Amino acid sequence: MKVLAAMSGGVDSAVAAARAVEAGHEVVGVHLALSRSRGTLRTGSRGCCTIEDSMDAQRAANVLGIPFYVWDFSERFKEDVVDDFIAEYQAGRTPNPCLRCNERIKFAALLEKGLALGFDALATGHYATILTDSAGNRELHRSEAMAKDQSYVLGVLTAEQLAHAYFPIGITASKDQIRAEAEERGLSVANKPDSYDICFIPEGDTQDWINDKLGVNPGRIVDRVGNDLGEHPGYHSFTVGQRKGLHIGRPADDGRPRFVLEIKPKTNEVVVGPKEALAVIELAGTRISWCGKEPSGLEEFHSAEVQVRAHGEAVACQFAMVGNELVIRVAEPLLGVAPGQSAVLYVGTRVLGQTTIDRTVSAVPVDAGGSA
Amino acid sequence: MSIYLDYAATAPVRPEVALEYARYLTLVGNPSSIHHLGQEARRAVEESREVIAAAVGCHRSEVIFTSGGTEGDNLAIKGLYWQRNSEDAARRIVVTSAVEHHAVLDTVEWLEGQGAEVQFIPVDRTGALDISWLENFLAERGAEVALVTLMLANNETGVVSPLKNVSAIAASYQIPVHTDAVAAFGHVAVNFADLGVAALTISGHKIGAPVGIGALIVGRRVKLQSVQQGGGQERKLRPGTLNAAGVKAFAKAAEFALDELDAEAARLGSLRDRLGSEIKQLIPSAEITAPGKWRIPGSLHLRLPDCSSDSLLFLLDQAKIAVSAGSACTAGVTGVSHVLLGMGYEEAEATGSLRITLGYNSSEADVTALLEALPTAYEAAKRAGSNN
Repeated sequence: MKVLAAMSGGVDSAVAAARAVEAGHEVVGVHLALSRSRGTLRTGSRGCCTIEDSMDAQRAANVLGIPFYVWDFSERFKEDVVDDFIAEYQAGRTPNPCLRCNERIKFAALLEKGLALGFDALATGHYATILTDSAGNRELHRSEAMAKDQSYVLGVLTAEQLAHAYFPIGITASKDQIRAEAEERGLSVANKPDSYDICFIPEGDTQDWINDKLGVNPGRIVDRVGNDLGEHPGYHSFTVGQRKGLHIGRPADDGRPRFVLEIKPKTNEVVVGPKEALAVIELAGTRISWCGKEPSGLEEFHSAEVQVRAHGEAVACQFAMVGNELVIRVAEPLLGVAPGQSAVLYVGTRVLGQTTIDRTVSAVPVDAGGSA
Repeated sequence: MSIYLDYAATAPVRPEVALEYARYLTLVGNPSSIHHLGQEARRAVEESREVIAAAVGCHRSEVIFTSGGTEGDNLAIKGLYWQRNSEDAARRIVVTSAVEHHAVLDTVEWLEGQGAEVQFIPVDRTGALDISWLENFLAERGAEVALVTLMLANNETGVVSPLKNVSAIAASYQIPVHTDAVAAFGHVAVNFADLGVAALTISGHKIGAPVGIGALIVGRRVKLQSVQQGGGQERKLRPGTLNAAGVKAFAKAAEFALDELDAEAARLGSLRDRLGSEIKQLIPSAEITAPGKWRIPGSLHLRLPDCSSDSLLFLLDQAKIAVSAGSACTAGVTGVSHVLLGMGYEEAEATGSLRITLGYNSSEADVTALLEALPTAYEAAKRAGSNN
């Protein structure tokens, strides 16, 4: 088949493209230019989006002997990922931009363009596996390399997107194996460091960057019953679960540390409380997608596992559609779950689907513990 | 078989030029050396200088060999600005246009960072310079202008500008004019003396010489400061060991281009016109940029609505047809052309641009191949939409 290989300039996507070539496909490499200002293309390698990464991707394509192009998706990226990221913070939520990029850029804008230009599939260097059930439906599964598994950030893919997705490195024991394979194949990116930061945040300091975009907007820090504890410079500077940087002069009555429990953009309040109040027993969201075939009988609760962050543990849960909400009840309380994060449902290694969390229910009701 | 229709990016080296180049590469001798081998190399350089001088209508002593267009533009713009500004501190304005090559635009922008003021002469949607704006501006602030730099022919649209008028206007204010003639040289007649400019940039690889050789033509009475210091070669304006083999190859390529100029202009002009009119028949929504204007004969610039250039380039490349969206860019990103934006087109109007440039090896068969591939490519590119 004709495969469009998205090449970030990193080792994973280079090996993915190499494996696609080796599998006998007709492969074309493409690097996405996502940065709006060309200046940042000159600031060296950061794992993606820079001119050095573009060159690394090109060199890998040269070694593989495949054609290579750079396509500019910077405007779409700005609107669908960067602006969304800022808007989510402004709405008091904690977004995952990598997931949005997969949802709206790589497996939407890029995939659609690839299909229109005659490609059959889009190959990426994600650690995830696609299996086909007995009825021929495609399923997304965790990678064999559990430590690197990226199925969480692919949880937003729909059946149509999955139909054209190709993850050549999903079946790999570890990242070390990928690096060794890259070395063997003569790919110069074999030892390139992993990228962890958010690609469009130059210094890697998300909080600084957000503060710069959203400015100062002082409001109150309150406890769960509404007692005023002090001033904050802007609710967007806080994320649920955060402990440091609250600068509350007065200690809690019981002397225990306080954590951010909730962000209320409407009233510009940051709600704080004890650690146990971070625990949530229920998550719900209305922005829902099913990864492959949509499960049946959704009005009844079903057993599954839920994961709420890219490298978090999955915990046992029950899920059902209640009205237009996907409601997920966890068997044991989860700590530090923020609206805006994606709750991805798994059955065994299979990704069922996901929702962007709109609301959570605390495990510790406000009047139960006494310690507000 | 690849079909090459991107002569404005670089032209294939002519076989005869490659042979001449290779022959001189194997000869030893620094043109500045005293011994007989140095003298042989010097002879090759000076013979070539005369050929280039004849090709651009200047005196042999006005030819300053450089490494190419970017170096020539840098030397002319910085050198003239520094000179004129040092003679008269009030002169700190550089007049240019928004459709210049980046070798000019980025140099001017650099000078702006050093304290220069930049003024852009308006350019309309047909690529025409607003000469009356220039007259009015110079009438008002001519005494503050250090130099005017405007290209002779645009490397994307092919539009040729009336530099002779520009230099006549600037002369009454003692303002030197530089012109980047890289896209024009070898394709239309270029006459330095007749243009009346102070400096003129040309480059070898656009006319079938290898990359790495070019020239800046600097009038004998024109003063400019050097960008680099060194051994004093090339009137002390461009020190550095002379590239004898490159110079020889450049002269050889210039001889071919000049010998064939009229015949090629007629041949390529009619090929280009056939291409344009047949594209209009096949794709009625296609717009030819600056159709009625004087353009480089082999140059055709198109705007195809509702698609992006990178899709078109990809699909044509799959068919082994090499064309361009605009000027080649180091990052490989097909951004919206600054030239079209400079001519007043909206970003949305400029996303599906295509630059097709023909040269000495282009044939009817090449044009036919493009005409066969383009409609299908355009349909697919439209389905792929614009990226943004």
